[in-house]
Amino acid sequence: MKTNRELAAIASQLRRDIVRMVSAAGSGHPGGSLSSADILTALYFNVMEHSPATWTRSAAGQDAFFLSAGHLAPLYYAVLARAGYFPVSELGTLRRFGSRLQGHPSVTDGLPGVHRASGSLGQGLAAAAGLALGKKMDGDSHTVYALCGDGESEEGEIWETALFAAHHGLDNLVGMTDVNHQQIDGRVEDVAGLENLSEKWLAFGWDVICADGHDFASILDAFKLAGKRDGKPKMILFETVMGKGVDFMEGTHEWHGKAPNAELAARALAQLDETLGDY
Amino acid sequence: MKEYIDTGKKDTRSGFGAGLLEAGRRDNRVVALAADLKGSLKMNAFAAEFPERFVECGIAEANMVGVAAGLALSGKVPFCGSFAEFITGRVYDQIRQEVAYSRTNVKLASSHAGITLGEDGATHQTMEDIALMRALPGMTVLVPCDYNQTVQATLAAAEFDGPVYLRFGRPAVPNFTNPSEPFEIGKVYKLNEGGDVTLMACGHTVWEALEAARLLEAKGIYAEVLNIATVKPLDSIALAASAAKTGKVVVCEEHNAAGGLGEAVAAALAQEGICAKIRFINGGDRFGRSGSPAELMADYGFTAANIAAAASAL
Repeated sequence: MKTNRELAAIASQLRRDIVRMVSAAGSGHPGGSLSSADILTALYFNVMEHSPATWTRSAAGQDAFFLSAGHLAPLYYAVLARAGYFPVSELGTLRRFGSRLQGHPSVTDGLPGVHRASGSLGQGLAAAAGLALGKKMDGDSHTVYALCGDGESEEGEIWETALFAAHHGLDNLVGMTDVNHQQIDGRVEDVAGLENLSEKWLAFGWDVICADGHDFASILDAFKLAGKRDGKPKMILFETVMGKGVDFMEGTHEWHGKAPNAELAARALAQLDETLGDY
Repeated sequence: MKEYIDTGKKDTRSGFGAGLLEAGRRDNRVVALAADLKGSLKMNAFAAEFPERFVECGIAEANMVGVAAGLALSGKVPFCGSFAEFITGRVYDQIRQEVAYSRTNVKLASSHAGITLGEDGATHQTMEDIALMRALPGMTVLVPCDYNQTVQATLAAAEFDGPVYLRFGRPAVPNFTNPSEPFEIGKVYKLNEGGDVTLMACGHTVWEALEAARLLEAKGIYAEVLNIATVKPLDSIALAASAAKTGKVVVCEEHNAAGGLGEAVAAALAQEGICAKIRFINGGDRFGRSGSPAELMADYGFTAANIAAAASAL
């Protein structure tokens, strides 16, 4: 188990990786990658039972993570590489022709750690529910995690899965929503007003846990609560800041899907400690 | 010509139900998912014998496809079923990302396909599904012709490792293929030898093509009849061999023109360098309408008489 200080150090490196990857690629999605960085750091380094050495797409005998919001690929690749799924040197190939690190996650080239393709929104929670159901059928007590965005929750399929998972009592399914309040066209409340997400998930029959997505004590407490097997699926609503860690990206939709140029990347990197060595 | 006996009309969806049950008995990885159409898809027997392997998803097809993909990742062999329109057009993007692109071992069971769904009308009569599924990289598209062949195609789909689209229908139609002949994915079934014209068909129109061959034989025209039960991947070599021999082809399918069997055949023959006259009997470019299956088959020209007439005119 890592200490919260160690987790913070890893998250800082992931944020550096994200900025460097996206800047080098000249395109990509830094905003949400930065807002979800602490959540996935905690998940991969302190919460999930997983092993890169024995990982398979079936996740038999392990916990599994599905990225529903596929545009958070820079974060996903960085956390997988830093957790040992593939060499960190590969991070520099993001979005390049011939790279396994496609603009959105793909299984075509067999990138370790990636179970399914994602990028078209609203679909990862359903697939996670399917794997969770499969684990129940097989008597495998491991957990399936899926990360969605708050904007992504505008997709109807999310709510189909909300009904399904509760009806089938999938208490081994942990949904996570990165509530960063931003989507491409602006603030979520201006674009499509999700109103009270917590009450919505409660009404669908889920256990709802609210946490500060940038406070490791809060994040880890939330995952602990989500481990309860009470016949209900779990939804953790992580309150976060879009673009967290880079001052000019924070709190705005402007950096949802835009790459910083070299000058802005340098300004961003000056705010993020290099803790594990850049790739 | 070779004799085919209709052993009694049966719906192909019941062939799927019987095949699913048998597949479930042979392999405990087989699971079935329904979106409130368990009865229509004839999944009742499977659900009764294997309740722990049957997953009711409610009227929520997008989620059903995603759940099927997740189950496939866990090592199951999921058959998820609905009416043809609702397991293709409604969920095309889910199939594209979670099944085709993610290469999950999901079987899409598609019932009530084509106009012979009948009285419910055009919202439920998809004539575009083969085009949609053919377009997906790596998707296998099976369109068996009768009850017996649908049983076997279901078993073959269960054993096949990869995404499969399995299309069948609602009305009772002649049942004439050998019930014990295993289904080979990719095989073109030559039902009759002939040197004058080739009749190509899939699904419900195969029997009509056989009947057309009988009508033609009475006029001294000897028709080769090909049951193209695997629309993708298409056996171009087998099609080319027959078309090269006869030089005349009629393709009949219960599907619209765009992206259907006819276009697939034409492209295959062109690619193989075969010069043949072709007539297409299909739904053209229109939506269906209410009516009995027989009325609609007649209206669309999916009949032995019309196929024979097209062949005679070549």
